[in-house]
Amino acid sequence: MPEPAETPRAAADAPATGAESSSMERPASLRPGAPRGAAAPSAPRGVIGQSPIRPEAEAKVNGTFDYASDLHFANMLWGHTLRSPHPKAAIRSIDATAALALPGVAAVLTAADVPGKLHYGLIEADQPVLALDQVNYQGEPVAIVAADTLDGARRAAEAIEVDYEVLEPLCDPADAVAAGSFFRYQPVRLGDPDTAGAAVIIAHEYVVGMQDQAPLGPESGAAVPTGDGGVRLHVATQWLHSDLEQLAPCLGLEPDRIHLEMAGIGGAFGAREDLSVQVHMAMLALATGRPVKMMYDRAESFLGHVHRHPARMRYEHGADEHGRLVYVKASIVLDGGAYASTTEAVVGNAASLSVGPYEVEHVSIDAWGTRTNNPPCGAMRGFGGVQTCFAYESQMDALAEALGLDPLEIRRRNAVAQGSKLITGQVVDAYDPGRAGSDGTPFSPLKDMLDRLAALPAPDAATARDIVDLPGGAGNTTHGEGVRRGVGYGVGLKNVCYSEGFDDYSTARVRLELVDGEPVAYVHTAAAEVGQGHWNLQTQIVRTELGVDRVVLLPNDTKVGSAGSSSASRQSYMTGGSVKAAAEAVRELLAGRDLADGPVEATRVFRHRATKPMDAVTGQGESHVQLALCVHRATVDVDVELGLVKVVDLTCVQDVGRILNPVALEGQIQGGTAQGLGLALMEALVVEEGLVKNASFTDYLIPTFLDMPPMRMEIVENADPEAPYGLRGAGEPPTLSSTPAIVAAVRDATGLALTHVPVRPEHLTVGRPS
Amino acid sequence: MTAPVPATTTAPADFEFHRPADTAEALRLLAQRPETVPIAGGTDLMVAVNYRHTRPAAMLDLTGLAELRQWTDEGASIRIGAGVPYARIVAELATVLPSLAAASRTVGSPQIRNRGTLGGNLATASPAGDGHPPLLATGACVEIASLEGTRTVDAADFYTGPKRSVLEPGELVTAVTVPKAAGPQQFLKVGTRNAMVIAVCSLAVSLDLDRRRLGTGIGSAGPTPLRAPEAEQIDLPWAAPSRLDDALLIEFGRRVAAAARPIDDVRSTAEYRRHALAVCAARALRRVWTAAHERSA
Repeated sequence: MPEPAETPRAAADAPATGAESSSMERPASLRPGAPRGAAAPSAPRGVIGQSPIRPEAEAKVNGTFDYASDLHFANMLWGHTLRSPHPKAAIRSIDATAALALPGVAAVLTAADVPGKLHYGLIEADQPVLALDQVNYQGEPVAIVAADTLDGARRAAEAIEVDYEVLEPLCDPADAVAAGSFFRYQPVRLGDPDTAGAAVIIAHEYVVGMQDQAPLGPESGAAVPTGDGGVRLHVATQWLHSDLEQLAPCLGLEPDRIHLEMAGIGGAFGAREDLSVQVHMAMLALATGRPVKMMYDRAESFLGHVHRHPARMRYEHGADEHGRLVYVKASIVLDGGAYASTTEAVVGNAASLSVGPYEVEHVSIDAWGTRTNNPPCGAMRGFGGVQTCFAYESQMDALAEALGLDPLEIRRRNAVAQGSKLITGQVVDAYDPGRAGSDGTPFSPLKDMLDRLAALPAPDAATARDIVDLPGGAGNTTHGEGVRRGVGYGVGLKNVCYSEGFDDYSTARVRLELVDGEPVAYVHTAAAEVGQGHWNLQTQIVRTELGVDRVVLLPNDTKVGSAGSSSASRQSYMTGGSVKAAAEAVRELLAGRDLADGPVEATRVFRHRATKPMDAVTGQGESHVQLALCVHRATVDVDVELGLVKVVDLTCVQDVGRILNPVALEGQIQGGTAQGLGLALMEALVVEEGLVKNASFTDYLIPTFLDMPPMRMEIVENADPEAPYGLRGAGEPPTLSSTPAIVAAVRDATGLALTHVPVRPEHLTVGRPS
Repeated sequence: MTAPVPATTTAPADFEFHRPADTAEALRLLAQRPETVPIAGGTDLMVAVNYRHTRPAAMLDLTGLAELRQWTDEGASIRIGAGVPYARIVAELATVLPSLAAASRTVGSPQIRNRGTLGGNLATASPAGDGHPPLLATGACVEIASLEGTRTVDAADFYTGPKRSVLEPGELVTAVTVPKAAGPQQFLKVGTRNAMVIAVCSLAVSLDLDRRRLGTGIGSAGPTPLRAPEAEQIDLPWAAPSRLDDALLIEFGRRVAAAARPIDDVRSTAEYRRHALAVCAARALRRVWTAAHERSA
């Protein structure tokens, strides 16, 4: 168990006070007898494999951690965004006269005031900083205001008169495909699925609703003019340097005139990949010469960030009489909404991972990411892997049922192994060849995990329980009436790190110096601590590599090279890799030197192995870096008369390569699983004709403690020889597999086909979803 | 606790916040400026303020009124001050007012139950308010005060439309008088999450063994909270309790569902609400009947 460690304390108060506090360190209150100095590498605490208390834990638990929404600067203005109420409309005119006449209003800016380029974007710069002559989704920013108070800024925004000519929106993704309105079309072709004979054929259409990342911290930040025409931004983001790259051209400034510093992040899950407040607050700060803070409320947050792509997928699986897959055909339509965001990359993932971790020789996949007037969709935990996982796992269950096979057995019979090829031709090559079976059968991590899952104890049968343990919970809807139990399984395969030839790297600087005669390691990266525990991991790596006790994390900012995004389950791999490399370099530089002669510093850039783009016609190519697996078993109780579900137990086996921090890892698995539960049973933004109907936590429901059961988990460590410490990215895989496992369990309890998530009470009772 | 004032777009340069020490002062302030919005727990009002659905020009903080924050035993009934929070109803009144306590237990989170009040539920008069169905099923009365005096309105006559009630400008909900349970009671609330959820639909059923009477209250399935009068009139086998069969339960469920006037909205469908009410009604009647029978046996 972790014990209070002298881990550094988060310096999250730095931006709020404006003090350039460079140290995240707690006063050196060494315990008596603690090892001192680099000469005691044998006993540093909080190394890799342990669970030291997080540097920021105390502040977060006590409520003193400064989130981006807590930022405050002297003489600060508040910014606010006026957004389009229409999914599609031409803008005839914008009149800010009345708004500017209100007391305390310092600026009203529109597209005409954008100093530089008019568009930005993560992959393709197609999103207007402020709407030009047309709006393309509900919530598109039209004008921005700065005023003395937040309320004053909101009132001023309401007073801006925009003359819209409302136009007919394109909302049906199928229509968008037909009209050629899409960001990417990616086929995968393998073998000859049309002539491959199958003993059993299963074809279904699946629908995945629009999930939201729902981070508890709303989009927030502050921009401070530096007085020389430049600007400093404090912002909660997943990728500082990507923000900088997009910001600078829009502001018409050289990148070196802009400094970004991370503000405290209250959850991300992909929602902080795209720009939100960044350009707007910088424009207002530069226009007024005063610090400007922006902070979305919950409703604006729902409209102000991208969502998970809703999907409509038609799958056809053919198998032989033993349940071995013969062919898979699929049509996958992901709705990207109005602007590109990361749809292109999401489509690549959906297509390349579209059959899951199963061997099949004949494949025809067509995947689209459509452009419509619906809310823009982009990155969310699972990133294209979630939607198809629900479909292919549902298909595997349907095949098993048709053949009278156990659901685990059909998965075993098709499981990929060391040396297997994915449908893109990518060879599964990250497992120990020495673990082949006695008959030479290559090691299959998936088969091994399925066996382990089967061996884990199942939850007890239902007995007399408190109503909060029953479907409907505190609602007192059942005392056992109508309750049936079901069990289901899910397997998820997720790529780790950026794919398809992207130059994915991370930078770290480590300096070792004597402070009061004691060695202290300073670590400087731009990596986002989004709650996953990355700060803590950096300290663990440095302690492990340098044997020092005291590690100080410098503020994450753009004064050091890019760390890449806290996305794609990649930050342990990538910034873990760069911190490890920099620390190793310091260790080598130190050899034969005395630290008393001066500090030793090294900056290292870490890259994973190169990947290739998918072929535009066949989808073939070694597009992914690393593959990660998670398998879930869900046990549910369903009140079949009311359609209410209580998930009783979630058990999982996940391969993480190497456990770096057991507590943080279990937290990631729990959280990823819970987010998958949310998609299975309740989370969906309801969008009708381009309009979001439930942009609030009153009506966008995320699981509570009464919805998420305690978990049992078994973590396996099939080390990846290419990855730092052998680790395998862990944050996303559980999000993939928990959704199909829960839906399969509900199917088991109800006997219904269930092809639509989230499964709603009405789907289980009065009628099927369309 | 009057009905919320519609949103205004004009800047209230003269925003006022009052914290009266007693009800008389509160009523005086309210009479002077009837658009003043009373605030107790603020669990509904402040959400509307934060979302800018309403922008009160003046607020009247009722949390300083000690007399609103107590309940008294009136013999046959309990008089609950409008400012008594749900958490206290759960903790202190579960034995005498079981369905109201059960409904209170389903309101929001513990933090919301510590602040939110029954009086606020009434003043807001949302058809989804959890407190309403038990008040209808038990025949509770709402006490309304103004400078002119105090009047009492049956809960069944209190609600006039979605978020509308008989409350007039200058009036304040001061208390609710709820008859003590004279038999088993049930409250069932259907939501798409196992806690902290706005009702998709809800139902309170109370069995009065003294008067051999059934009471009903439907929530979230009509423009106002509703009773189901025809269901209350169903012929129960008082003489031979074991004759309460599935057919009678189904018929009771049918009548409750028929009394609802649900709509399709983002939370659910009208069809599901009727279905769920029928299921809940049959379960509720079986439970209260069984409990009464066991008790008398």
